[in-house]
Amino acid sequence: MIKESHLSAESASYRKVVPAGDYWMHVVNKGETFRILDLEGNQAADTLFFNADDPHERYSACDTIREQGNVFITTGTVLMSDLCRPMLTVTADTVGRHDTLGGACATESNTVRYALEKFFMHACRDSFLLAVAENEHYGLDKRDIAHNINFFMNVPVTAQGGLTFADGLSARGKYVEMRAEMNVIVLISNCPQLNNPCNAYNPTPVEVLIWDAGA
Amino acid sequence: MSAIIHSDTMKSGKHWSFSVRRNTRLRLTDVEGGANVAMLFYNPQNLTERYNAPDTLKCQHTFRLTTGHCLYSDMGRIFCSIVSDTHGWHDTVCGNSNKVIVARKWGEASYQTHRNDWHQNGFDSFLVELAKYGMKRRDLAANVNWFSKVAVDEAGVIGFDPSAAKPGATVELRFEMDTLILFHTCPHPLDPAPEYPRKTVRFDLFEGPAALEDDACRLSAPENGRGFENNRIFHACSCH
Repeated sequence: MIKESHLSAESASYRKVVPAGDYWMHVVNKGETFRILDLEGNQAADTLFFNADDPHERYSACDTIREQGNVFITTGTVLMSDLCRPMLTVTADTVGRHDTLGGACATESNTVRYALEKFFMHACRDSFLLAVAENEHYGLDKRDIAHNINFFMNVPVTAQGGLTFADGLSARGKYVEMRAEMNVIVLISNCPQLNNPCNAYNPTPVEVLIWDAGA
Repeated sequence: MSAIIHSDTMKSGKHWSFSVRRNTRLRLTDVEGGANVAMLFYNPQNLTERYNAPDTLKCQHTFRLTTGHCLYSDMGRIFCSIVSDTHGWHDTVCGNSNKVIVARKWGEASYQTHRNDWHQNGFDSFLVELAKYGMKRRDLAANVNWFSKVAVDEAGVIGFDPSAAKPGATVELRFEMDTLILFHTCPHPLDPAPEYPRKTVRFDLFEGPAALEDDACRLSAPENGRGFENNRIFHACSCH
């Protein structure tokens, strides 16, 4: 459901532009509001969440889909953990739907999806793995890199059980915003994918913004 | 048919695990109709390589699993191929039942009062099997739910379809690499049955031939041809 936010970018307590191919790992505290802004349009922000007070509790696509009875993420969606507890609630969304079925790109799955010689290209999972390696204090490793959300991606399911990678609904300036229901570590890989028409073969930056609780 | 290595039946609410060699086949039978078999796959030589539902779905542009599909690891390799399936639609998105879901739907039934007819849940079942290999909750990936159909409408709403249950439905897997299999027979978390389901699942393990060059799973999508090639390279290079 499309819903605009009442928060202005000028009142944010934190702003950061994340280039394509980079990761961003940051704690958002309970009550704070977090926004991802699609600066140029149809850019995939592959996103994972962990409980900052117990990082082995993590975002679970299965629990989120099952508990809300819907495969799309949009305004009102409660993002659930693998312990089936609320992590964040989506409070605004100017896109309308986001994917959590398709997972992240990886060098290995790229060989299957596109061509064996595509192995030596940058991929989201490499960014995720570098992020956990460079932030050892969280105690995370490859086992914690589970199924993510692809903010700004549109992946509808057909009545016959097909999965389609449809034209994006996002565009320059669209955003999704969520309120943290617990202290969360946010890990975004701003997707470097060069083989998929979903981003017009052109990975672009996104901006992340955070507002204090009660903003 | 090749000689059976092992056969048994399991009632709902049980769990087990075992490792199989490449080219072993596993046939599951939903004897009465309405069973659920949740399953996870790991590489026994490197337990961090595991079944990856998103890669499996997106590589084959499918939401349901059925004949011709391959189940992928996160490392671009194929654990197993679905060589036959008389059910037609298996879920790999809805995860497991847990204590709260089971108590809400079917009430609590403790071991103390119900002995082995207690209302066991899928999440706890997988935790027990994971622990046998030194793994924990962190290692619990999105699982397959064999014999459970969950469809999606245009608005993204999911619906469990009890009419898809067929007495005697079978699904047969051919393992394309050595694989550790974890599974349980706890009810699907969206099963609308009024009582905790008490079904029977039969499983048969047997040896079978390897996939040929014209194998239907290998040819069902160009992606699967490349997945089989990744397996070939893996087996040609690895020492085990």
